[in-house]
Amino acid sequence: MFELSFIWAGIIAFAVLTYVILDGFDLGAGILFPLAEGEREKAMMMNSIAPIWDGNETWLVLGGGGLFAVFPLAYAVIMPALYMPIILMLLALIFRGVAFEYRWRTARWKPVWDVAFFGGSIVAAFMQGIALGALVQGIEVADRAYAGGWWDWLSVFSLLTGVAVIVGYALLGSTWIILKTEGPLQRRMQNHAWYLGAATLFFIGIVSILTPFQDPVYFQRWLNLPGSILSVLMPGAVIAAAWALFTGLNAGKDAQPFLASLTIFVLCFIGIGISFYPNIVPPGLTIKEAAAPDESLWFALVGTLVLVPMILVYTAYAYWVFRGKIDPEEGYH
Amino acid sequence: MGVVSGIVMSYQFGTNWSVFSDKAGPVIGPLMAYEVLSAFFLEAGFLGIMLFGRERVGDSLHMFATAMVAFGTLMSATWILSVNSWMQTPAGYSINELGQFYPEDWWAIVFNPSFPYRLVHMVLAAYLTVALVVGGVGGLHLLRNREDGPARRMFSMAMWMLVVVTPLQILAGDFHGINTLEHQPAKVMAMEGHYDSHPHGAPLILFGIPNPQEKRIDYAIEIPNLSSLILKHDWNAPLDGLDTIPDEDEPPVAIVFWSFRVMIGLGFAMLGLGAWSLLRRMRGRLYEDRWLHRAAIAMGPMGFVAVLAGWITTEVGRQPFTVYGLLRTSDSLAPVAAPAVAASLIVFIGVYFFVFGAGTFYLLRMMNAAVGTPDPDLHDGPIRTAGITPIMQTDPDAIPGK
Repeated sequence: MFELSFIWAGIIAFAVLTYVILDGFDLGAGILFPLAEGEREKAMMMNSIAPIWDGNETWLVLGGGGLFAVFPLAYAVIMPALYMPIILMLLALIFRGVAFEYRWRTARWKPVWDVAFFGGSIVAAFMQGIALGALVQGIEVADRAYAGGWWDWLSVFSLLTGVAVIVGYALLGSTWIILKTEGPLQRRMQNHAWYLGAATLFFIGIVSILTPFQDPVYFQRWLNLPGSILSVLMPGAVIAAAWALFTGLNAGKDAQPFLASLTIFVLCFIGIGISFYPNIVPPGLTIKEAAAPDESLWFALVGTLVLVPMILVYTAYAYWVFRGKIDPEEGYH
Repeated sequence: MGVVSGIVMSYQFGTNWSVFSDKAGPVIGPLMAYEVLSAFFLEAGFLGIMLFGRERVGDSLHMFATAMVAFGTLMSATWILSVNSWMQTPAGYSINELGQFYPEDWWAIVFNPSFPYRLVHMVLAAYLTVALVVGGVGGLHLLRNREDGPARRMFSMAMWMLVVVTPLQILAGDFHGINTLEHQPAKVMAMEGHYDSHPHGAPLILFGIPNPQEKRIDYAIEIPNLSSLILKHDWNAPLDGLDTIPDEDEPPVAIVFWSFRVMIGLGFAMLGLGAWSLLRRMRGRLYEDRWLHRAAIAMGPMGFVAVLAGWITTEVGRQPFTVYGLLRTSDSLAPVAAPAVAASLIVFIGVYFFVFGAGTFYLLRMMNAAVGTPDPDLHDGPIRTAGITPIMQTDPDAIPGK
């Protein structure tokens, strides 16, 4: 059966996934920022993401704007339900975003903007993780509006997913810095990545085990056939990616740890998708119910099919322009 | 600063205006998605190359990247003004059984009646704003040294821009006003301060103090029939007043009345500055007249003030509706508890004052420094807007713009 809203759910999921893996590594670089030793390493870490973080964060705007465009009901329910985490995430992203520019405009206030960069990165990651956990736990909807309380998003589970996302982003960040740097900074990041990889796997395990107990639907899906096949396959794939991560780290490879970490994120994202389907807002709002009228979906789809491939091409080009190791001697000209 | 405040925008429709989002989303959501896809990505994607990639891609590709950033900005203005214009003058929709606006004709939605006027008015306003800033900085440096070459060029270009664009803007504003009279008469009544109908030609109230209790303008200084002449191009054309509008549909008159006068007053001040500069230029004294330079400095930030006053006029003038005439502001709110909204508002005000205050401080310090180097390959400090940390400068402790 052809269903336009499912195509759109796929596109939105793609935008959110792209956001998570792209801004994930640059937020991760911010989370690891205090571990830089000296101004030179700080500058290297920031320079590795300065030309691209802006484009990465635009996927977050597409996630929000796209949800507004094609699933206005889901947008109208999720945002008030997650009011506090979303607002705190936005504020954190403000501090982090301006720190890129401000920190070298001043000598006296440089430490302030360094804290803004680190604090903004870690708070944004934590809030995104909390939002994810709260969404997995489900949002109470009545009469086309959020019907829950103001602290519903806060739970042990959502705090756990919050910490999990911080650790996961830090893993992405450390492997990105391994890819982009050489010398002592790279060696220390290889060391950090090892522990962060282990911690990420630990959190993935805990969250995966707890998720089926958040909602009977998830339990049914993962622990009965045919879902239980996936319950074997998905952890298997994560273990394979983890193996690639650790062997890559041990062998001192540049790109392999980063690509393996990205793969782990993609797999987790697919896992969440399997849990959610066919809902867009668990436990009861389906993709179809939340979708805008077909006229809106068609109108937006035409442009999306033309523009997203173009965006991917010039984004890839921008990454290509800034490929290779960061030259520690390179300043701004 | 633009990036981070833009992200906030795309989420606050949902956090604070969720009922509006649910109802108007099917119509304006896709327009905003187009803004993200055709404008934000273009800006963000090429911004990195524009700021940091000149040596890597060469001059012509760098120029292309810069043009793409500029084009993206213009696309962004186009889409978001289409959205705002649709909220002012909705068209091409029907309302379905769920109370949602349902798109019927995308052409009519995008090119709704007030969109072309608003787009032209806003884009010209953006050019005027930047001309005033550049003119103010140029004026400052000319006051210090009237032989300063780059300062002369800045000042000259900015004044030309004022001379050419200000009359066009006044004309565009007039057309926009006539369009508003046709589609949102109550807004024009508030702008003009017309509490009463004028069947034989309405006066132009230059100044006065709106008195909402008594529904009149106290101490009004007015020119008979001029308002009819401006709005209807007919000396004796009748104009309705707010007495024809139900009280619950009236916008707050005093705010609209004052913000409109601030905008108009600044518009004519810009016209005056342009004319003054033209007179001096014709006598070859553009770089000599110190009072002209001081006036340019005083007018430096006034573009921002005029833009804000204009937006206050049009947005407050749309009240009490979010979608004009169809969806009330009080019916658009998210079901968020008042304390949560108040807390987030206060925090946003605090953070914006802090963050944008710091940004403004750094910008002013940069403007205060000698006008930038003509050769981009020099190492004495970058001229740019967002950033990367330079590691090796000629002087490692140098703070650009200090």
